[in-house]
Amino acid sequence: MLKDLFGGKSKYVTVERKRRSEEKEKEADDKKEMPDDLWTKCKSCKQIIFNKKLAESLKVCPECGTYFRLTATERLSLLVDDDKFEEYDADLQAKNPLDFPDYEQKIDKYQDKTGLREAVITGIGEINGWQVSLAVIDSRFLMGSMNSVVGEKITRAIERALKRDLPLVIVSGGGGGARMYEGMLSLMQMAKTSAALKRLDQVGGLFISVLTDPTYGGISASFASLGDINLAEPQAKIGFAGPRVIKQTINRDLPDGFQTSEFLLEHGMIDKVVERADLKNLITRIIDIHNLRGEKKNGTE
Amino acid sequence: MVQNNLDFEQPLIELEEKITELTKFMEERDINLTDEIKRLETRADKLREEIYSQLEPWQILKIARHVERPTTMDYINLICDDFIELHGDRNFGDDQALIGGIGKINNLPVTIVGHQKGKETKDNIKRNFGMAHPEGYRKALRLMKQAEKFKRPIIALVNTPGAYPGISAEERGQAEAIAKNMMEMTGIEVPIIVVVTGEGGSGGALGIGVGDRVFMLEYTYYSVCSPEACAAILWKDSDKAKTAAKALRLTAKDLLELGVIDDIIAEPPGGAHKDYKRSADLLKERLTQEINQLQDLETAELIENRYNKFRTMGYIKREVEEKMDESIESCG
Repeated sequence: MLKDLFGGKSKYVTVERKRRSEEKEKEADDKKEMPDDLWTKCKSCKQIIFNKKLAESLKVCPECGTYFRLTATERLSLLVDDDKFEEYDADLQAKNPLDFPDYEQKIDKYQDKTGLREAVITGIGEINGWQVSLAVIDSRFLMGSMNSVVGEKITRAIERALKRDLPLVIVSGGGGGARMYEGMLSLMQMAKTSAALKRLDQVGGLFISVLTDPTYGGISASFASLGDINLAEPQAKIGFAGPRVIKQTINRDLPDGFQTSEFLLEHGMIDKVVERADLKNLITRIIDIHNLRGEKKNGTE
Repeated sequence: MVQNNLDFEQPLIELEEKITELTKFMEERDINLTDEIKRLETRADKLREEIYSQLEPWQILKIARHVERPTTMDYINLICDDFIELHGDRNFGDDQALIGGIGKINNLPVTIVGHQKGKETKDNIKRNFGMAHPEGYRKALRLMKQAEKFKRPIIALVNTPGAYPGISAEERGQAEAIAKNMMEMTGIEVPIIVVVTGEGGSGGALGIGVGDRVFMLEYTYYSVCSPEACAAILWKDSDKAKTAAKALRLTAKDLLELGVIDDIIAEPPGGAHKDYKRSADLLKERLTQEINQLQDLETAELIENRYNKFRTMGYIKREVEEKMDESIESCG
């Protein structure tokens, strides 16, 4: 399978490619997950994997098939044709509207750690030649939680899809849900993004929601669940309430495989579980079937 | 009874007990203590006003959670001339924690949906402590779509600690149910008025919380997460819930300031649970007033306003060119 993927016709960009502006991000990631530059230990099978090999396998353990999380930039590299991505709204930053203790320091810390300004990257990219409005959440930034900025950027990505008649792809991966530090203003981003999706829906826009590990709370209970087509990566943990809260509430152990992609598929909550290596192709095929070329159609605004 | 008392009311309760005692004493011994009692009653009123005018967020939270607080059904019974409860989501079941139905207020047909808590243990188990399952949210949506069809305004009464966190709820798609409701409520072509009457617990509240007007009763809270959970996550110490309650800015006054809600609806002195009738009257008055205003709007305008209301929520900072010119943009 790997050979096929990286054989002659591969259009995939390896995950090693760095975006020019965010060199820092990779470094920070290396420090955390990789003991040195050469190898990584798989958390599941404990095998030592050469990083080069891990990158080739798109951060899926070649030994046991365990999925490692991707950063937003790695995800974009995986989905978007070589360099065909223009980032939007990169200058939007969090305020501290509640004067929540230590919030600014938290933001600074995660900005330094990830090289990102906020937990989502949005923009317009090309996927196998199709123009797409994209949003990718980075789970490393305050657990990929949604605050005013994340909500605003996602809403603008939805509006961009609407105005330019583009398919919309949002890759969710946030265990933090609505971000506590901005209180109700974070919660209201759920309503805001859902309202924008309603508008896209009403004009016949296509929204493909890709759920990755982890997607919970305010993210799963808003835009991430509202795709025309909901896809999920294997083994991803997805749910409304966190497993610890549920365990505490019902006072018993949770069944094996609870809140995984496969669990959601079984219960009819997602359309398809898709291997990381097949994601780009599947998205391309879906867009193709919907016949959205990414150009403005005549007669629509 | 003791457990229902609010600790910060202790001086007031003591005073009230003293008044009762004196009244009894006066009756038994046939001594005239009217002046003394009157004096104490004035003091009690003053004390009540004093306590309630400077409540801490944590104390407001306790009032919002008070077991004797009027429930959705209490308000419905006091507000409506007629009401028929309707059941079921037509897919899975009938959630007792989120109820709804049709009725009339001052002869105006309305649809009402709302979380329903119980009054005692048995009732609370039946109502799942006001924590709805997906079928509750789907029933609410079904009733709201029905309201749209028959052009009835919708009233959503929010009073939940949160959507139910359990295996069954996850299996049936709690996240999707809430998300779908928010999305659909955005487009429903009749007026929607949301009122937080007790606890506004996160996504579980917002699942019926998108409307043209969002109000909170005076002693209620609306929060992204419970202060207990917030404290446990941030400070690994649930005892810091009082600090979290303050930091989260979850009171009606805070949220009015932040632009999250439109207004505060007053409660009787000492809270809604002290006077159901008065509390319901105050609510009814506001509801009819707002419905009348909203019904004058064209549908397109109604939907546009509702969209913009939520579209502009949030605060962001835009940094232009290396902090040379830091302009603050607030969209709230």
